[in-house]
Amino acid sequence: MSESRAVLEGPDIHRALTRIAHEILERTKGADEVVLLGIPTRGATLARRLGDRIEQFEGLKIPVGSIDITMYRDDLRRGPVRPLGRTEVPADGIDGRTVVLVDDVLYSGRTVRAALDALNDLGRPTAVQLATLVDRGHRELPIRADYVGKNLPTAKSEKVKVFLQEIDGRDAVLLMKEDAR
Amino acid sequence: MNRHLISAGDLTRDDALLILDTAEELARVSERSIKKLPTLRGRTVVNLFFEDSTRTRISFEAAAKRLSADVINFSAKGSSVSKGESLKDTALTLEAMGADAVVIRHGSSGAPHRLANWVHGSVVNAGDGTHEHPTQALLDAFSMRRRLGSLDGRRITIVGDVLHSRVARSNVLLLHTLGAEVTLVAPPTLLPVSVDTWPCAVSYDLDGVLPKSDAVMMLRVQKERMNAAYFPSEREYSRRYGLDRDRFAKLPEEAIVMHPGPMNRGMEIAAEVADSPRSTIVEQVANGVTIRMAVLYLLLGGEIA
Repeated sequence: MSESRAVLEGPDIHRALTRIAHEILERTKGADEVVLLGIPTRGATLARRLGDRIEQFEGLKIPVGSIDITMYRDDLRRGPVRPLGRTEVPADGIDGRTVVLVDDVLYSGRTVRAALDALNDLGRPTAVQLATLVDRGHRELPIRADYVGKNLPTAKSEKVKVFLQEIDGRDAVLLMKEDAR
Repeated sequence: MNRHLISAGDLTRDDALLILDTAEELARVSERSIKKLPTLRGRTVVNLFFEDSTRTRISFEAAAKRLSADVINFSAKGSSVSKGESLKDTALTLEAMGADAVVIRHGSSGAPHRLANWVHGSVVNAGDGTHEHPTQALLDAFSMRRRLGSLDGRRITIVGDVLHSRVARSNVLLLHTLGAEVTLVAPPTLLPVSVDTWPCAVSYDLDGVLPKSDAVMMLRVQKERMNAAYFPSEREYSRRYGLDRDRFAKLPEEAIVMHPGPMNRGMEIAAEVADSPRSTIVEQVANGVTIRMAVLYLLLGGEIA
């Protein structure tokens, strides 16, 4: 592996998620109507963490699920077929709720576009918001995040990789030069 | 995965598990109010049926439509085939129409294999002669896995007309790949000569095998293929190889009963067994659409070389 540096370490991620959880509570006036939907794989993990955090702060258990966007991607025909992730919609559905989509890295915005399409087939939320751990810029679509853990200026040739305890055994966000294969 | 799905034997363990796992996710789509996905928009799937099979054809049709593919149904009756067109010319016609996948049902074993050499797109075998019916085996494995958990070390008994059954052959191959132990039970006249080369055990004693089975799959007695005396009478067959109430009671508590359909109630399976909660016969139909969605997605969802 060649050059890579940690942009966020475990405690930084912890603090960022704590702040986002507070912002969600503040912006949605107590999060009564909120449903958190994470985009697999790491977005789903982050959504669960945010849900736990909100429960700690307000004693309010908000519905958490996941939304797989593979079947809605606009680049399916480039490259080999992709395995599907899990879509888990909370029992009460999303109709009339405020859905907060959660992803690990916001980049071109195409993933979020696909998620909006997928959401459309699941129901009709009152509002949709977006939370992301890292916003690395280079948007290709008119999409922005409502809650951002860290704005990270990057070159297009670089890669951002998020590691989470539940999946990777540690918490970190790494910025890697492209030749790091 | 291979570009075509012609034999269940072509699937590696990883391929088979990928199909089953993909189907597991797609099963959730069938539970929603909007059952459609945009994934195969602009792809064309041709159902090329030289033999009648309403259930398999509509199952493939539903699967392709749920993935937003365009579906063209081509049945041999009343088509150019009845005017004497060869399989190859039919294939070239479909090719010219831009078929990305051809789902073929044919009376001759090996027809899908031949077709695969002539067309550019993917070929899916929907039953060829007495050879194979891989998507049926996949949906059976999927149904078993949903009821029993993993198939590793599970004991599956397949009963009936193995000789004429493409379902049996595909199931034996796939279940073996997935780690299950298969036992075939049939009258000696209804077993193929080469059965000793198959990866399974053979028994003529249904009552002895039933208590050691986690799932028992009853095959249809194919009256249309009974052109020779394979057994003395239907009644005798039913007495020795039919799953009636008494035999059903010999199965372990958790064991399930399967049938690929269409069934002859009272012949190979008693009505009350077919309707019991441990029968998966209706589930198998729903799972058929799901598993065919998974197969079409995995064959057509990515870049087509």
